Amino acid sequence: MRLAAALVVLCAALFALSLVTGLAAAPAGQSLKALAIDDGTPLSLVMREIRLPRALLAVMVGASLGLSGAALQGYLRNPLAEPGLIGISGAAALGAVLAIQTGLVLTHPLALPLSALGMALAAVLLILALAGPRGGSITLILAGIVISALAGALTSLVLNLSPNPFAAADIVFWLMGSLADRSMAHVWLALPFMALGWAMLAALGRGLDALTLGEDAAQAMGIHLPRLRLLLVLGAAASVGAATAVAGAIGFVGLVVPHLLRPLVGGRPSALLWASGLGGAAMVLAADIAVRVLLPDRDLKLGVLMALVGAPLFLHLIYRTRKEMA
Amino acid sequence: MRGCVRPSRVIGALAALALTGAAAIAQPPQRVVSVNLCTDQLALLLAAPGQLVSVSRLARDPASSAMSGAAQGLAVNGSGAEEVFLLRPDLVLAGTYTNDATVKMLRRLGIRVEVFAPARSLEDIPARMARMGALLGREGEAERRIAAFRAALAALDDTPPRRPRAALWYVNSFTLGADSLAGDILHHAGFANVADEAGLAQGGTLALERLILLAPDVVVRGRDYPGRSRAEDNLAHPALRALGVPMSAPLTDRDWICGTPMALDAVARLRELRLSLETGR
Repeated sequence: MRLAAALVVLCAALFALSLVTGLAAAPAGQSLKALAIDDGTPLSLVMREIRLPRALLAVMVGASLGLSGAALQGYLRNPLAEPGLIGISGAAALGAVLAIQTGLVLTHPLALPLSALGMALAAVLLILALAGPRGGSITLILAGIVISALAGALTSLVLNLSPNPFAAADIVFWLMGSLADRSMAHVWLALPFMALGWAMLAALGRGLDALTLGEDAAQAMGIHLPRLRLLLVLGAAASVGAATAVAGAIGFVGLVVPHLLRPLVGGRPSALLWASGLGGAAMVLAADIAVRVLLPDRDLKLGVLMALVGAPLFLHLIYRTRKEMA
Repeated sequence: MRGCVRPSRVIGALAALALTGAAAIAQPPQRVVSVNLCTDQLALLLAAPGQLVSVSRLARDPASSAMSGAAQGLAVNGSGAEEVFLLRPDLVLAGTYTNDATVKMLRRLGIRVEVFAPARSLEDIPARMARMGALLGREGEAERRIAAFRAALAALDDTPPRRPRAALWYVNSFTLGADSLAGDILHHAGFANVADEAGLAQGGTLALERLILLAPDVVVRGRDYPGRSRAEDNLAHPALRALGVPMSAPLTDRDWICGTPMALDAVARLRELRLSLETGR
């Protein structure tokens, strides 16, 4: 419980810091007051329509990615399973791009998250089919490489075929992710799907704990494995799909966060779930603050920063599991 | 190696160069090909009938080209060295941003290529027209157009006592300041440009947050392109609507990306916008 309290405090502090980070030179107190009370000034508008949705989305996207990473790793019993690395985010981005470029988004407002969710679902199913129930590292990573590469290439193809001269520049956004200039509309669009996904993934705790003893033992303990798998697939697809639809594909969050928190929860997958959700929110908040402090005018992509943190850790994990892979 | 060339050869080469130069002056080019949207329009404006053989593909796009109608009758090219060479031009008109490899290749093949830099102000436009007129041997036509341009510009210039503050706001939160043609058009239409207040005289990214805190009197939006892209989301952000300032109808590129006399239409339209703001107040 001490960990939970610490993570909540960390998230709250970073949330407040995210709200007061930006181009406006207004003091923090004045900014927060303009957020609380709409005084009709441009500062109020900036706080309510730009900074608030940005901070909220950082929390929601981070929680989705952290939670999905922890759940996938618990189910596959493999610390390398991460939505970005194994192609779920990439596939979701492809779904979002298809919905935008075919004009589906104009026919129905939910077309964007649903299309991203659909492609994410396909990617999760493909990963589970290829990696098998035990999730061997080599098959998992190879399958992930294939799905990521294919999704990335198809995303680039669709955007290059667009008659819009700026669509090709969007490739960076969809592959790297950014929270710049999103609005409350994006928050409301993504929240229902994410909440549904979080609920499904949070329900996995007992099953994932039992699964650490092996599948037979888990079944003996009354865990219905097909139901567990269904919840995992739908939950990961819904939360990662919605997150990617509004913020692009942000990698490594689901890898770094569970890895850092696993020792603190005694390696229990059920505790790691909520801890990674909170930790993911803190991580994306921190990364989104960092991109604004480092290059205020340039919209540095979140994925760039996450890769700088995540790639060395990924190498470390591969090094540690090399015996299994050999 | 260079020192080994015999003087007589150098003299011969210089003489040949002088002769071709003299020939070019004496006889205007007969097969002119333009590979840049802006030189397309200047050439369409000034060339003698039949002198211009081909223009770039963009010249026919009504959203980009103010002379798309005049370009319909001409062959279009994709600005590649191969297809341009096959048109057997005696003069190729290119822009500074034309692919450098294309320009070098054409010059290596012995074709005369003239490169035009983009206009940065309305004052650049008469200079561009004079140069194009001289290249095409159409000095008289150019002089006539320049005089008309100056007269029309003078008629539009009525600097108001207080300039309303406008922001030029394009896809990807891009803006342009005083050191650009669009910025100069805005200035001549009687506006002050908030990009200059933000220190972006050359243009650059004006983040949505900064735009809102600058609180301009009017936002002049860039054009909407066909298809969709996330890069255009900034033009429709709810915060921009909530700011409650008038937003001009999207202006299309054709009026002000090229330094042609058609830029005056943009001045006139923006001036009308300013006058309507003043009466509305």
